[in-house]
Amino acid sequence: MARTVIPFGPQHPVLPEPVHLDLVIEDEKVVEARPSIGFIHRGLEKLAEKKDYNEFLFVAERICGICSAIHGQTYCQAVETLMNVSVPPRAVYLRTIWGELSRIHSHLLWLGLMADGMGFENLFMHSWRIRERVLNIIEATTGARVIFGVCKVGGVRRDIEPDAIPGILAELDSIEKDMRDVTKVFLNDKSVKARLCGVGVVSKQEAWDLGAVGPMLRASGVAQDMRTLGYAAFSDIPVVPITRTEGDCYARCAVRCEELFQSVEIIRQAFNRIPPGEIAIKVTGNPAGETITRTEQPRGEVVYHLKANGTKHLQRFRVRTPTFANLPVMLKILPGCDLADVPMIVLTIDPCISCTER
Amino acid sequence: MGYFQMSRLALKWALTKPPTSRYPFEPRKVIPGSRGRLVFTKDNCVYCTVCAKRCPTGALLVHRAEKKWAIDRLRCISCGYCVEVCPKKSLELAGDHAAPVAARAREFT
Ligand code: SF4
Ligand code: SF4
Repeated sequence: MARTVIPFGPQHPVLPEPVHLDLVIEDEKVVEARPSIGFIHRGLEKLAEKKDYNEFLFVAERICGICSAIHGQTYCQAVETLMNVSVPPRAVYLRTIWGELSRIHSHLLWLGLMADGMGFENLFMHSWRIRERVLNIIEATTGARVIFGVCKVGGVRRDIEPDAIPGILAELDSIEKDMRDVTKVFLNDKSVKARLCGVGVVSKQEAWDLGAVGPMLRASGVAQDMRTLGYAAFSDIPVVPITRTEGDCYARCAVRCEELFQSVEIIRQAFNRIPPGEIAIKVTGNPAGETITRTEQPRGEVVYHLKANGTKHLQRFRVRTPTFANLPVMLKILPGCDLADVPMIVLTIDPCISCTER
Repeated sequence: MGYFQMSRLALKWALTKPPTSRYPFEPRKVIPGSRGRLVFTKDNCVYCTVCAKRCPTGALLVHRAEKKWAIDRLRCISCGYCVEVCPKKSLELAGDHAAPVAARAREFT
């Protein structure tokens, strides 16, 4: 059988960001996928040498638009570890709340892209319709819709006033109801199931061996979630990782759907327990030493490695982002699948290429 | 069953108001506390250049001798760092957004 090479990307209707795959096709089956990345490398890690550690926070938040809140938080946590700063508890809770709001908006964005990828335009619009309301809460509390910009080394920049909390919780309740309706369609609709069930199966062992993270790993049955490490307010609010065992595209979709409600629950608990007090402490001096910080992004575990030598500039800044860890699994499951399933498989890893290439 | 679920939703949402506004026919609703346009109040400024030094994107330019303050709107990311560091409180982020600019240029004040 003759082999054909079909280029997939960097510009492709289902790809929100540029990544290129050379798909070697035999008939309609993919036999090999050769990736090339690097289209949007911006050299952000090198920039750490030019910006001081406070200014660099703004760069860290812009590694990725969608996970910006947790990037900012992880960076601050890492610098705070280096400087031995303990953050006021109220700030820790606020970070958790914003982090979970960002997870909800990221997962809704992904659900929309997914529906768009399989040609279900109506569902796509509805997912984003709900996301719009989450963004409104985010804008009202942080001042921006996507790049939150509220974390700082030593705490947070803004507080959520106690009188605003009932309003936010009521809005969340109504958002949760809408999300129930939409996720029911994702989980029960025949055409969605026909498109996702049994496609791109990763076994538990494979996912673990290839170092998958986040919903990708949990959909294959490994209960790993960095929030169980107890960073931020997760030491008080327990998180039970949501897992599925099928390991296919449907399972990955289902894990994300359930995580939406888990996040809503975490936000509720956080608002219930949020202590009063300071939201930031003054930080003086410069960081020194070396540290590794791990947190759970909407897309999976992110690892920050910071090295500092007591000057205001970091010596080395390195990020291992979740999509980077999920790429090997994607390349493993692409061979053998139908050409028409490639967009679904690529989308279910929730590719964030600007994260990957920084 | 699944099909009716979606039809019901589509019908329900077709009958409710859209969550987005009809921009530009309707003006954008300003959410209080939103980080928008950077506003400079000339009277308080002592031209200390702290804001220009701290701005992470290099959007600001301050001439101490000529007493001039300038901003490149296309560079400003509305992060609010300059507002935080200004000793004279002469900077502020307004909730609305700056008028569109087509070219990179510094607005001098
Ligand atoms: S920091 Fe404030 S006072 Fe100093 S130059 Fe900037 S605007 Fe003027
Ligand atoms: S808001 Fe941020 S980007 Fe804009 S001028 Fe101020 S410091 Fe610079």
